[in-house]
Amino acid sequence: MPIRLALLALLRHKARTLLALLGIAVSAALLLDMVMLASGMRENFQGFLMLRGYQLRVAPKGTLPFDSDATIDSAAAVISAIRTIPGVSAVSPVLGAQVQTTSVRDSTVTAFTLGILPDVQGDYEFVRGADLTDSTSLVANERWLAVTGHQLGDTVTLAVGYDPQLRTVVGERRLVVRGVARFFYIAATQPTLAMPLSVLQAMGGSTRRDRVSLLMVKAAAGVEEEAVRVRVEQVSARISAISLAGATEAVEQRLGYFKQLALVLGSISLAVGVLLVTTLITIGVNERAGEIAVLRAIGVAKGSIVWQVVTEGVVLTGIGAISGVGLGLITARWLETILSDFPGLPATFHFFVFQPRDAGIALAMLAAAGMLSGIYPAWRAASLPIAGTLRREAVA
Amino acid sequence: MNPIVEVRELARDYSMGSGAVHALRGVTFDVHAGEWVAIVGPSGCGKSTLLNLLGAVDAPDAGSLTIDGERIDRLGDTAATAFRLRRIGFVFQRFYLMPALSASENVELPMAEAKMPRDERRARVLELLGYVGLASRADHRPSQLSGGEQQRVAIARALANRPALLLADEPTGELDAATGLEMIDLFRRLNRDGTTIVVVTHDAQMAAAAGRRIQMRDGAIVNGAEA
Repeated sequence: MPIRLALLALLRHKARTLLALLGIAVSAALLLDMVMLASGMRENFQGFLMLRGYQLRVAPKGTLPFDSDATIDSAAAVISAIRTIPGVSAVSPVLGAQVQTTSVRDSTVTAFTLGILPDVQGDYEFVRGADLTDSTSLVANERWLAVTGHQLGDTVTLAVGYDPQLRTVVGERRLVVRGVARFFYIAATQPTLAMPLSVLQAMGGSTRRDRVSLLMVKAAAGVEEEAVRVRVEQVSARISAISLAGATEAVEQRLGYFKQLALVLGSISLAVGVLLVTTLITIGVNERAGEIAVLRAIGVAKGSIVWQVVTEGVVLTGIGAISGVGLGLITARWLETILSDFPGLPATFHFFVFQPRDAGIALAMLAAAGMLSGIYPAWRAASLPIAGTLRREAVA
Repeated sequence: MNPIVEVRELARDYSMGSGAVHALRGVTFDVHAGEWVAIVGPSGCGKSTLLNLLGAVDAPDAGSLTIDGERIDRLGDTAATAFRLRRIGFVFQRFYLMPALSASENVELPMAEAKMPRDERRARVLELLGYVGLASRADHRPSQLSGGEQQRVAIARALANRPALLLADEPTGELDAATGLEMIDLFRRLNRDGTTIVVVTHDAQMAAAAGRRIQMRDGAIVNGAEA
């Protein structure tokens, strides 16, 4: 009977209940988004790094991958040494450089260019055309094609180390645009190219010869990642290897601001939800003071009254929270499109990643909030003086 | 025969502003099983306060109160609530039915609270609504019933758990004269069927119908204390 009375009490003022549900849904949506943001970035970053299964990143000592222009020298020897480590199944070297080309409109376009080994590369997914096949081919992203006006099959002149004052270059090559690729770790708005590692090293002259910016290392299945990382670092004193866990930790430190923001906004959202439900149910209890006093007079226990009022809070919060999950997913998608325009953000990186666990956490927090929000009005309802309330009702 | 209600030197004070108001002073009387007692007197004489004490919704400052063999003047809240549920039936001037529940659900409410099995309480609901002449209105909400019908439902609700004592506070106060007479007839029938009734009333016809009148003034009984 208390549950039925609780539901009927909510149905008595349909418009008010509906507005409250909307308010809770908004609050729940925000809470879900914040939980998704707080945990999603970590999950997403791990997935992001593991797109091609490379668990380790090897960079010049004291740097993070592509954090600076520093490179690893004697790369061939380092790569060979790493390949001999037991448990290493693949090594993918990457050299990064700024490369200039001339657009069809005769303007100079600078593209970030990766020198890679096509058979082990882990930096892009091939979209159309043909992949890198020989030392005369290159692949570009859609942005580079749009900016330069070139098309698949065009032969373009690329230069490294262009000096606009002296109008000189360090190295120059004519390559054919063979294919289009989507680069995982580079912003979609950045014109980007990939070419064979040896070609880019040769174009870079002495400053790039036998050098790489980064090595990605894949450990075989069942091999302990940390053990491989330690062995890799022993190969050279001039390199440092970072594991998936280490990279995640480093990123988490840098993105800690987002997590704190998410926690603060989530807490505020939860508090607003609690206050909203508490206020609404307290108003309802005040309006029904006479009825509650009558229930008490005819022998309904305080516990039943408390149960009824807390049920109101839980039902209101529960329905609002379930509606809020849908709203939260829609909002997250919208926010994702805004954040994806963040300068320098890779196209494959997502801030909001929905996981059932997140929805579970948000719903559990809201269920607790629902109970919490019912406590004050329930206490108020259960403590009403029966005789005094009935007397006031009679006079009213 | 032992009385079902034993009131001894009952006192109740209220603090009002600077001083105390003596709502009841030294009230003593008995009510025997099967009696119908009307408590009458001017407004503010303490009738409703006495009724609240008899119904264990309020506690006296002094004196003793025994109902159906149980001292109720010092009961804690939980015990008082259980006592009201099992031993007391309340009828109010303004009916005070739950507006969202049907007539049958209103009658069922105290039985559900008393954890009576569903089948048993359904049968009891039909029996009680039949007794008060509202079997055909079982599914109606209070707003769909007349004042007299609402009061009949309230009486059925008060009788739900077979109370030892039926307390009524101005049960005809909100009814027109004709409906008031019907209500008096219902009380008469209830009493004839064995229900012990204490009713607070300003209604002369209701008071005249009762077997005994207790006259109150200024918080004290001035007449009718003796059975």
